[in-house]
Amino acid sequence: MNALQIVLADGVTITKRNALKIRRAPDLLGGAVILPIVFVLLFAYVFGSMIELPGMSYREYMIPGIFVQTIVTSAQITGYTLTQDLQKGIFDRFRTLPMAPSAVLVGQTVCDALMNVTSIVVMALVGLAVGWRIHTSPLEAVLGFLLLLFFAYAFSWVTAAVALALRTPEVFNNIATIVSMPLVFLSNAFVDTGRLPGPLKVVAEWNPVSTVIQAARELFGNAAETHPQAWPLQHAVAVSLSWSVLILVVFVPLATRLYKRAVSR
Amino acid sequence: MPPAIHAEGLVKKYGDVVALDGMDLSVPEGTVLGLLGPNGAGKTTTVRILTTLVRPNAGHATVAGLDVVTQADRLRSRIGASGQYAAVDDHMTGAENLEMVGRLYHLGAGRSRQRARELLERFDLTGAADRPVRGYSGGMRRRLDLAGALVADPPVLFLDEPTTGLDPRARAGLWDVISELVAGGTTVLLTTQYLEEADRLADRIAVVDHGHVIALGTADELKDQVGGDRIELTVAGAGDLAAARHALASFGEVRIDPTALHVTVPVTGGTAALTTALGLLAAERVTVRDAGLRRPTLDDVFLTLTGHEVTAEKEPAR
Repeated sequence: MNALQIVLADGVTITKRNALKIRRAPDLLGGAVILPIVFVLLFAYVFGSMIELPGMSYREYMIPGIFVQTIVTSAQITGYTLTQDLQKGIFDRFRTLPMAPSAVLVGQTVCDALMNVTSIVVMALVGLAVGWRIHTSPLEAVLGFLLLLFFAYAFSWVTAAVALALRTPEVFNNIATIVSMPLVFLSNAFVDTGRLPGPLKVVAEWNPVSTVIQAARELFGNAAETHPQAWPLQHAVAVSLSWSVLILVVFVPLATRLYKRAVSR
Repeated sequence: MPPAIHAEGLVKKYGDVVALDGMDLSVPEGTVLGLLGPNGAGKTTTVRILTTLVRPNAGHATVAGLDVVTQADRLRSRIGASGQYAAVDDHMTGAENLEMVGRLYHLGAGRSRQRARELLERFDLTGAADRPVRGYSGGMRRRLDLAGALVADPPVLFLDEPTTGLDPRARAGLWDVISELVAGGTTVLLTTQYLEEADRLADRIAVVDHGHVIALGTADELKDQVGGDRIELTVAGAGDLAAARHALASFGEVRIDPTALHVTVPVTGGTAALTTALGLLAAERVTVRDAGLRRPTLDDVFLTLTGHEVTAEKEPAR
């Protein structure tokens, strides 16, 4: 086998391992299935009944935001499992095997992607049940889902890097919440970024979470009638793709380096 | 024949902490070297360097004729390692764990499955093969971990404290398994803080302290270094200790353990010395509960060589 074949074969082996783990661990499976259901129902009925949006259903406007919020939140679960693996001896075993070292993170993130497919399908179905509709062509809708998955894949490399840098499950959990909360709430997920005060407004408009949500709204036809003034939100699809590519360019090598550092102690 | 494991002047520092300070080792093919030392002596670091997990700051080492740094990739398919933290996956079954390792050795699907079955049978885990490892006992996990190290039938095996934390029965079971392996010609580097384990499994023992080898030899050679027989006795009360020391001072250095009420002194002359000693003790009116003549143990070796007991230090292993 050549180097690339080894990476692919080992990546498949590790993906299978992680998938088995998710299937057998109720807490992980809950993260992929139950958390999305809870999020959609909770936000749809609590906020969805309180807030009115001129000309359209707030609930429909909100669902793409919940998609991204769930992606960001459930990524914590995979980071947590990575830190747990790190504390057990399993990575030592991997490192003494003639396998491709990068396969560990490739397998982890590919499995994350499978989990994200599951949770997005679940959320879309629950969303449809509570009144969310796609108002665009099937092609645009498919592009919308692919864009969400691409961002989710990039984001799982961020989580992996943070987990490998922090190394212990407890520390990771604390930090991850501190980081992910502002990421989600300093965005257009639930509010209009245009009405935020000065510096917060700029941060929220450039926040990749905002651009991805705006892009999803456009591709699903859930965007508000009043167009956003901010440049990144006016070009949401292009900016979102650029963000995802940029995140991968920075975090794939970073996470790989951190993995090597974390396991060679 | 070149040695299966050879290390020269290995140095490893973690910040200001010197984990290895000029570690030299040589293990001939088909033999077992026991690396004996307290926690923090550098045993685990040595194994991590020899299994390509960490790079040394200085020195070099070869395993199976391959350099552990420059030929690490090729080396990994020729070694097996089993650590003190069983490297098995809780959510997977025993069979799945071993198959995964086989796949990562690139044995192919069929061969991996077959090898997993063989090893599960050999390690008496067939009954538990399809149960998740989460429900395994400590001894079963270690056996599975050891089986994982053997998937590719490596000529050189590293066992880092294989029985630490196991109950005596599970430990004895694992010792039998390791003995069998050694009989099959595998070269083994074994680290342990249990003298009994080194005594039982190793052909030669390297005593390690503060990051380097301070003594090397067979168990008997090491015991001879400490001297010949010794009298060990237990006295009735703390008040007898000073009198016992006084009575036995003519034999040599009397060692006293005040909490256990143990008194030890090196002697020559076998049972005759014991009779003499008991006479001297009676003359000093020392009440003796238990007395015996014995060969030095590796515990004595360790104490003599390092000035402290094997289990005295409680530093983290890395």
